[in-house]
Amino acid sequence: MNWETVIGLEVHVQLATKTKIFSAASTSFGAEPNTQACAIDLAMPGTLPVLNEQAVHYAIMFGLAIDAEIGKTSVFERKNYFYPDLPKGYQTTQLEKPIVGRGAVAIQLADGSTKSIRIHHAHLEEDAGKSVHEGDLPHGSSGVDLNRAGTPLIEIVSEPDMRSIEEAVAFAKKLHSIVTSIGICDGEMSQGSMRFDVNVSVRPMGTTKLGTRTETKNLNSFKFMEEAIEKEVERQIDVIEDGGTIRQETRLYNGDTKVAKAMRSKEEANDYRYFPCPDLLPVIVSDETIEALRRALPELPDARQARFVEQYALSTYDAGVLSSDASTASFFETVATHCGNPKLAANWTMGELSAALNNAGLGFADSPVSADQLAGMVARIADNSISGKMAKQVFEAMWQGGGNADEIIDAKGLKQVTDSGALEKIVTDVLDSNPTMVEDFINSDENKRKKKLGGFMGQIMKASKGQANPQQVNQILLQKLNELL
Amino acid sequence: MHNYTIAELVKGLQSKQFSSVELTQHFLARISQFNDQYNAVITVTADQALQAAQLADQRLAMGSAPALCGVPLLHKDIFCTKGVRTSCGSKMLDNFIPPYNATVVENFEQAGVVMLGKTNMDEFAMGSSNETSFYGPVKNPWATDCVPGGSSGGSAAAVAGRLAPGATATDTGGSIRQPAALCGISGLKPTYGRVSRWGMIAFASSLDQAGPMARTAEDCALLLNCMASFDDKDSTCVDRDVPDYSASLNKSVKGLRIGVPKEYFSEGLHPGTEAAVKKALADLEAQGAELVEISLPNSDLSVPAYYVIAPAEASANLSRFDGVKYGYRCENPKDLQDMYCRTRSEGFGEEVQRRILIGTYCLSAGYYDAYYGKAQQVRKLIEQDFVNAFNDVDLIVGPTCPSPAFKFGSKGDDPVAMYLEDIYTIATNLAGLPGMSVPCGMVEGKPVGLQIIGNYFDEARMLNLAHQFQQVTDWHTQAPEGIS
Repeated sequence: MNWETVIGLEVHVQLATKTKIFSAASTSFGAEPNTQACAIDLAMPGTLPVLNEQAVHYAIMFGLAIDAEIGKTSVFERKNYFYPDLPKGYQTTQLEKPIVGRGAVAIQLADGSTKSIRIHHAHLEEDAGKSVHEGDLPHGSSGVDLNRAGTPLIEIVSEPDMRSIEEAVAFAKKLHSIVTSIGICDGEMSQGSMRFDVNVSVRPMGTTKLGTRTETKNLNSFKFMEEAIEKEVERQIDVIEDGGTIRQETRLYNGDTKVAKAMRSKEEANDYRYFPCPDLLPVIVSDETIEALRRALPELPDARQARFVEQYALSTYDAGVLSSDASTASFFETVATHCGNPKLAANWTMGELSAALNNAGLGFADSPVSADQLAGMVARIADNSISGKMAKQVFEAMWQGGGNADEIIDAKGLKQVTDSGALEKIVTDVLDSNPTMVEDFINSDENKRKKKLGGFMGQIMKASKGQANPQQVNQILLQKLNELL
Repeated sequence: MHNYTIAELVKGLQSKQFSSVELTQHFLARISQFNDQYNAVITVTADQALQAAQLADQRLAMGSAPALCGVPLLHKDIFCTKGVRTSCGSKMLDNFIPPYNATVVENFEQAGVVMLGKTNMDEFAMGSSNETSFYGPVKNPWATDCVPGGSSGGSAAAVAGRLAPGATATDTGGSIRQPAALCGISGLKPTYGRVSRWGMIAFASSLDQAGPMARTAEDCALLLNCMASFDDKDSTCVDRDVPDYSASLNKSVKGLRIGVPKEYFSEGLHPGTEAAVKKALADLEAQGAELVEISLPNSDLSVPAYYVIAPAEASANLSRFDGVKYGYRCENPKDLQDMYCRTRSEGFGEEVQRRILIGTYCLSAGYYDAYYGKAQQVRKLIEQDFVNAFNDVDLIVGPTCPSPAFKFGSKGDDPVAMYLEDIYTIATNLAGLPGMSVPCGMVEGKPVGLQIIGNYFDEARMLNLAHQFQQVTDWHTQAPEGIS
């Protein structure tokens, strides 16, 4: 039987506020355990939450970015459960009245088609701390690090609109692109800034009734998400085809060991006993605030893509890749405007640089080759000072900290020979010293002659130590050979 | 000196009739002499108090000190005090020393008030008799075989027993007014949002409100002047100017329309209490106030609604006491589950556990709508009753509680009988309205309280009426036997 996969995502996005959602403690990543947790974060008796306005604004910005209804009155509720990394014994979150209502996110697929994924809602909440099971701890005990406790999150809940892993990944990447483009999240997946819960079910192709779903929680990379869905889809199909039924359950996937396992079934699920938090007033957002945020909203990925096509004459695909996140986009734009050749700028940004960054595990923001440096090099390709091949050497040197393109070109003597007199001499010399090749060329038919051109080119480039401008050489060579015919 | 009111102490301090150190020493001496009898104070901060008194005397010597500078007070042990154990009457927090002051404590400290110590209370403010305290029951100075009321029983008994001229307290369903009534003193629960809840250990966040206890309405006004403030650390605190509550005390009450709710004089009201309250109403009428019978038709729903909402909020508020971060942790837990279970079973007393269970049940899937949802609807109705009433009257007056102080253990095995203690006080918490209690008579040698309920933020008018009542009566000047 053919099976259809149905996927819905719940995405936790850490908001890039300086301080926590309900306290003035810092949200910066990587501090010593419990050094960024104040009395409120520790849930000391008598302490009270005060809502961070910036977090509310960021959530609204997300809502505007996906063209969602904004909850003009949203309400924080308490979600009650006991866990050592949850200091109050409840998470302050939103349920009945979230800040962001229904919206939609468009995704582009590899075949060029687009699809709209509906967003059910997005709500504001606080992150929990972390349990620590390794390190210098007394025997048999675990530690708790509450630095992360109270970090503002939005949880984005999609409808089960995705039908393949490709769609799910495209959706996740699109959300990443949106939240980083509007600057509400730093997008650092490795630091947990975006985490995915995937709801997966399968059903016979052509049917409409949803199958029983499972939820795999807390995946913190696109790759792990992809793997987890793949494994879960396989598992569910195996179970059903073996005559079994799927249990509604929460599952975990370990990206390092590649092992997926069930955590708890629906029956074992907590009764969270939500109720409105009496320490916080309903959040009322005025139309003025919404409009001010709308006006200040940075360019969205889709708009940027369209602009790149229009302004820089890029293909839709290239524009899509380059506009996917704010730092890539701004890097590309600097290169393009400074070098004056957007097409070459796009090729180098997406090609050599992107590959090198990937290998080094770096983002565009941390690139060892600055946008200005790359622009300087691309400009030299554009004005024929260096060939593409030379540029690779220049790029390598810049990556290693060798300075700007012009300095490297000078130091390595990489300057391309474009003087037509000099090139003509090289071509003539090569033709003179290879009479058999010339003879052979003259005696060949039209089709074979084209192939034989390469032989001459190789000799000429060798004679010029690779510095001859290939386009010019090609032109001179053809002219000379034609004269001989 | 201990028979002086706070107003008199302020005058004496400002005129250098006595120093703050002398006053502080006097009250500390009284605490060490009489506290064994009352068990009203659970932590005495003698050294700290004397240091604060010296500082206050220096400020007084320089002139222009705030009104309350040098006055000694006790704080209910529900208010966090920096560096001083804050137990909330519970074993759970027997070892808890907060690194911060409650805003109420901070306001008094800034004003130069001297903290003598912390008062006993029902555990986590859950109780109407002070019998649920981990530190043992407080005795009523008027009859030491009787309860002082609760949960602010320690503060009430301390003021009645002249261990302090005034004390801070909190009121979630009557916890200021009922013990004030039972101990023959004056106590005021302000409008919800008038006084900051920062640093006040939460019982039921939407109902909790701090207020003053003293012997006179005039003193309550002085204390409230300092207690009330806008505080951006409490999101439910209302940003509204604090009037000078002392300024309007002497206004005439002539023509004031006083609503008398017929539902507050029904079955269950002790005849002695009823007689005393009716006499007080007649006194007010004689002063020119106009009595108007009113109806608060949903009054009978207030106790059931309260005993859903308050435990529901409490069940979440008390989840933080889990043995992980501070406070009590059971010995040698086997695992996490064991640590949670034993920490909370051993650290909380029976009444607290009962309310956590009630609250958890009311919020459970399948019961939420029937209990919590319905209780919130009732709360709206009760609020509306008062809104309607205040369209017609300026203040509402009736009994504070159904009967005078009862004997220890007499309601111990019947929680519902205990809950009915707050039948007249709970509605104001549900509506968020201010209420106060002033002494208005004696029954069987024990005090009776008169409750005055005001419209939102109308504390000044309540204090005005109470003060005027105290100009023509002397119930507030009477002292328990043995106090001279």
